Amino acid sequence: MTQTWVQIAYLASAVLFIVGLKNLSSPRTAPRGNGIAAIGMLVAVVATLVSAGVLDWEWMLAGVIVGSGLGTLAARRVKMTAMPEMVALLNGFGGAASALVAAAVLEDHVAKGVPPVDVVAIATVLGTLIGAVTFTGSLVAFAKLAERMPTAPITYPGQQVVNALIALGITVLCVILAVDPLQLDLYWGLMAAALVLGVLVVIPIGGADMPVVIALLNSYSGLAACATGFVLGNSGLVISGSLVGASGIILSKIMCDAMNRSLANVLFGAFGSAPAASAASSGPQGTVKGYTPEDAAVIFSNASSCIVVPGYGMAVAQAQHAVRDLGDLLEAKGIRVRFAIHPVAGRMPGHMNVLLAEANVPYDRLVEMDEINPEFPATDVALVIGANDVVNPSARSEEGSPIYGMPILDVDRAQHVFVIKRSMNPGFAGVQNPLFFNDNTMMIFGDAKSVVLQLVEAIKAY
Amino acid sequence: MLDDPAVALTILVLSLFVGMEVISKVPPLLHTPLMSGSNAISGITIVGALIAVATPGPVISTVFGFLAIVFATINVVGGFLVTDRMLGMFKRDKGSS
Repeated sequence: MTQTWVQIAYLASAVLFIVGLKNLSSPRTAPRGNGIAAIGMLVAVVATLVSAGVLDWEWMLAGVIVGSGLGTLAARRVKMTAMPEMVALLNGFGGAASALVAAAVLEDHVAKGVPPVDVVAIATVLGTLIGAVTFTGSLVAFAKLAERMPTAPITYPGQQVVNALIALGITVLCVILAVDPLQLDLYWGLMAAALVLGVLVVIPIGGADMPVVIALLNSYSGLAACATGFVLGNSGLVISGSLVGASGIILSKIMCDAMNRSLANVLFGAFGSAPAASAASSGPQGTVKGYTPEDAAVIFSNASSCIVVPGYGMAVAQAQHAVRDLGDLLEAKGIRVRFAIHPVAGRMPGHMNVLLAEANVPYDRLVEMDEINPEFPATDVALVIGANDVVNPSARSEEGSPIYGMPILDVDRAQHVFVIKRSMNPGFAGVQNPLFFNDNTMMIFGDAKSVVLQLVEAIKAY
Repeated sequence: MLDDPAVALTILVLSLFVGMEVISKVPPLLHTPLMSGSNAISGITIVGALIAVATPGPVISTVFGFLAIVFATINVVGGFLVTDRMLGMFKRDKGSS
């Protein structure tokens, strides 16, 4: 196959990726879109193999077999609640692959004593840097999400200074290597520093902010692939890498907006330590009355509409199937049931939708925040399960609150609000929630799953 | 291939715009599959890994290339399969049309 044909094949695969992503705009066409993108990948791989010839095919075959086996196993086994960990890990592997390709190309140039041209030298350095940071950063994000290390921000005195010094050192190494790339000692020094930097920039970020971090690392893994495209002079990699880069940037922005925080604040803020603790002690006080599922059943007997607001607490309690049963029961009683999904519900963008889809909740009952908010005043019952900060009305009204300005679900405007909660402990942001003290709010304390099961029994018995 | 860096840069900038356009049309409902799916696409670096192994050179380059193939293939295969598994769970209400 001539070079022109290979390039056309890469173009075809890039087009297939774009068409595939376009099909993700609706859940009906999405499975097809994913398939189209997979075919695009196959086209790119086959074109590469054909043009590269059969040299060292044993290595290629072995690599592909090992990778496919591990990938298939992981994709089949992973639990839907663990999807953020899975994506973090896959991001990291993508970054590692890009850094390794850059290293392989440079070692090749050094062995032959031929320096790469300027643009390739710069791309090699950047590919190594972004790839290595993505790799270790994703591993830390994985460990935090899987709770294999403390999820709280890890901070120490002089942290910003240390990070800044490493970043400065990396910048100097990058410039030297871009000018004269054939210095392997410096190159591996850069690799090591980038690997360390990846760890250091993610450890001060708290578990609650990991959705932003994964989205950002997703973007980096794309940009690393892009840099690899420049290293190899391959337009296919440049196009595909930048598509992913754009995707990660958009998702990071959506997540930041949903928390009303800037990206800089998420990355460098070490949120949730000192200011939030003081806020927890102030805020509304008062007595909260606990109600029983039987009390709730009485209200439900007169209701005609219900909006369920699920939070990650629901998934932690593995209550999504019980919630689906409750929804079905209410529907059977003629009550309209919908689910209000806050953009940061769950632990990664869109996570809550996947968890409910797994529990067979039809996706047309899952409604986005902006669409459902005007509907709360005309709704009889809002049922909050394991959510807290995303339904806190002080985000609307209290200017001093740490979560002021964050978009929330207006559950307090519904006729009746049930809140199923384990205890009165504040949420991630450490802020007390005035919703719990409202006259139209009924708190039902207990584990989400057992309370929902009791609620189902109580409604059946009523 | 891309001998002129300006051409590659042009491609990069234009594809970023295409990416922004296409991705912003994906509803929040599907943001998790979007992440795992685009993740699989970033495994395109497998092409680079295959080329690195295929290019005659020192053993160390082949070893790095091999490792890159393993990582990238996990990314590609795992990403597309898990996305397919997730998307298969999204069902419409039987009652509505």
